[in-house]
Amino acid sequence: MKINILKSAIGCLTATGFLFSATASYAEDTLRIVSWGGAYQKGQSLGIFQPAAKAMGITVKEDTYGGISDVKLMVKSGADKFDIFSSGAGSCASGAAEGVLEKLDYSVIDVSNHLPGMYSDYCAGADIFSVVAAYNTDTYGEGKGPKTWADFYDVEKFPGTRAMRSKVDAQLETALLADGVPMDQVYKVLDSEEGIERALNKIRTIKPHIAVWWSSGAQHAQLMKDGEVDMTTGWNGRFDVAKEDGAKVAYDWQSGIMDWEGYGIPKGAKNKDLAMKYIAEMMKPKYMAEFAKYITYGPTNKKVYELGLMTDERARMMPSHPDNAKHQLTLSTEWYSKWRTIAAEMYTEMMTE
Amino acid sequence: MTIAEMEKPNERGLQQVAANERLTFFGLTLPYLLMVTALIVIPVGWLFYLSFIGRDGSLSFENYERMMKSKAYIRIFLTTFKISILTTIICAAIGYPLAYFMSQLSRKWANICMIGVLIPFWTSLLVRTYAWLVLLQKKGLLNNMAIEMGLISEPIKIVHNTTGTLIGMVHIMLPFLILPLYANMRAIDKDTLKAASSLGATPTRAFWTVFFPLSLPGLLAGLLIVFVLCLGFYVTPAILGGGRVIMAAMKISSNIELYFSWGAASALGVVLLVVTGIILFIASKLVSMDQLGNR
Repeated sequence: MKINILKSAIGCLTATGFLFSATASYAEDTLRIVSWGGAYQKGQSLGIFQPAAKAMGITVKEDTYGGISDVKLMVKSGADKFDIFSSGAGSCASGAAEGVLEKLDYSVIDVSNHLPGMYSDYCAGADIFSVVAAYNTDTYGEGKGPKTWADFYDVEKFPGTRAMRSKVDAQLETALLADGVPMDQVYKVLDSEEGIERALNKIRTIKPHIAVWWSSGAQHAQLMKDGEVDMTTGWNGRFDVAKEDGAKVAYDWQSGIMDWEGYGIPKGAKNKDLAMKYIAEMMKPKYMAEFAKYITYGPTNKKVYELGLMTDERARMMPSHPDNAKHQLTLSTEWYSKWRTIAAEMYTEMMTE
Repeated sequence: MTIAEMEKPNERGLQQVAANERLTFFGLTLPYLLMVTALIVIPVGWLFYLSFIGRDGSLSFENYERMMKSKAYIRIFLTTFKISILTTIICAAIGYPLAYFMSQLSRKWANICMIGVLIPFWTSLLVRTYAWLVLLQKKGLLNNMAIEMGLISEPIKIVHNTTGTLIGMVHIMLPFLILPLYANMRAIDKDTLKAASSLGATPTRAFWTVFFPLSLPGLLAGLLIVFVLCLGFYVTPAILGGGRVIMAAMKISSNIELYFSWGAASALGVVLLVVTGIILFIASKLVSMDQLGNR
């Protein structure tokens, strides 16, 4: 029996934290890329990863990973598991601050057509997503649910159970916007512990109504699909996919907080030069347009719109469409590199109260 | 030759044999000792060491200071012990009667019952946890059935909270309690109970004065295994607790993600280890652990 316990313990470890299998092949024309799995990576795989690999005549092996911490642990322990990872801009910035990423060579990677601010020295922006307030259309009626963050926090006007993220990311912003802070002031207010506390106090006002603290995109999509909660914060694309699957879910762009995802290279990656060329290939508008057919995350390359690679109907579903973007706050990666750990501890304290 | 030596003529020879035997047995345990040192002592020592390393790589107490500063850590430890103790108690309350019942059956029927205990035990932990989520959620099987039968009008909250976590954890932990307990109960000589009743004890009295004390070693072993496994539980509380039940293992994982240093996480592991050690020490004082070895 002891062996059984040990086995299951080892099993749990391998399953939760370290999903990558050490692929033995280090051939010159092989790259290993990791992303988030689920509907998101399916879109990446079919729309970007494999077509781009085919165009370059190389092999790209895919896997999932647990986020930037995996990159840091991998680099610091000298392991070699993947050459490219897909990551949110904020996480990428924190990885860069720890010195575990390769600087991207923008003489190889062409970002001249990128939307402003949608790439950094260590992360080449690939798609734009939004954190929105999604609601159950059975509970409130189509178009009659909470439209803004103020609505989300108004338990009298919109009674019902809520879900928020178990991590601090993009949650404090919702509280301040609901508290009446103008969009351009949000990160100024948050730039002190008092400001963070103000946001947390706002969340405390609806805490009795928060039934679940979600931890993954798949989970918040499921929560809406199963009607477990009446509204939740979450990523717009996941809700759109859930809706196509028959979930009674809707959201309004007025509640959007825009953020972007891109590709980075861990320091000391074996196939660094090829990885750079591959990222350059993936930045081409045709792949981004193809990806956006699978999930509603908008292109960072504005050529997609200019070349008309996307139907107008589909383009209007993207967070970065001008009509949608004008309502939204853009997530500040600078704020996260400065405050994330402090804010995260304060957030956990609020959660456990 | 002295008188003493004459009385015990083989004394010296026997001592020599005993000493040789001890040496042989020690030699035989060496591979195991080496394995324990390599796999347990060194990693745990390394864990201790890392917990005193700050983010900048120098020696510091910052990982422990952080725990003192934020109330969240204390609450998380309290939750961890609360959930673990409750799970252990409920497991005992359900598992003891079941193991007793099985021990009274014929071998054949007991084996059939044992399969019932073991099949879920062999099923993936994740599958079972998600199955509970499907059953217990707001519009899940259980709530829908209860509403259709008119038992309740509003769905009751039995998941994404402590209740759901306990249901899932008890289900997963139960075999760990039943297996050692059942093995122990099977080994109890039934004649002792007959002897008790022949001396005039009622069945209840015979159970409490004879059977129960004899089953204690198995029960204690089971309780210990369940309790210790619960302390490190991650998957089930993470899924069924809905973020409202945060246990130490979850905070350990989020600290790795938050601080990108093993130190911030290992300090939590060290505190958990020390507190568990203290609790088990006190428990062993209260209930004599010798009973475990005596059988």
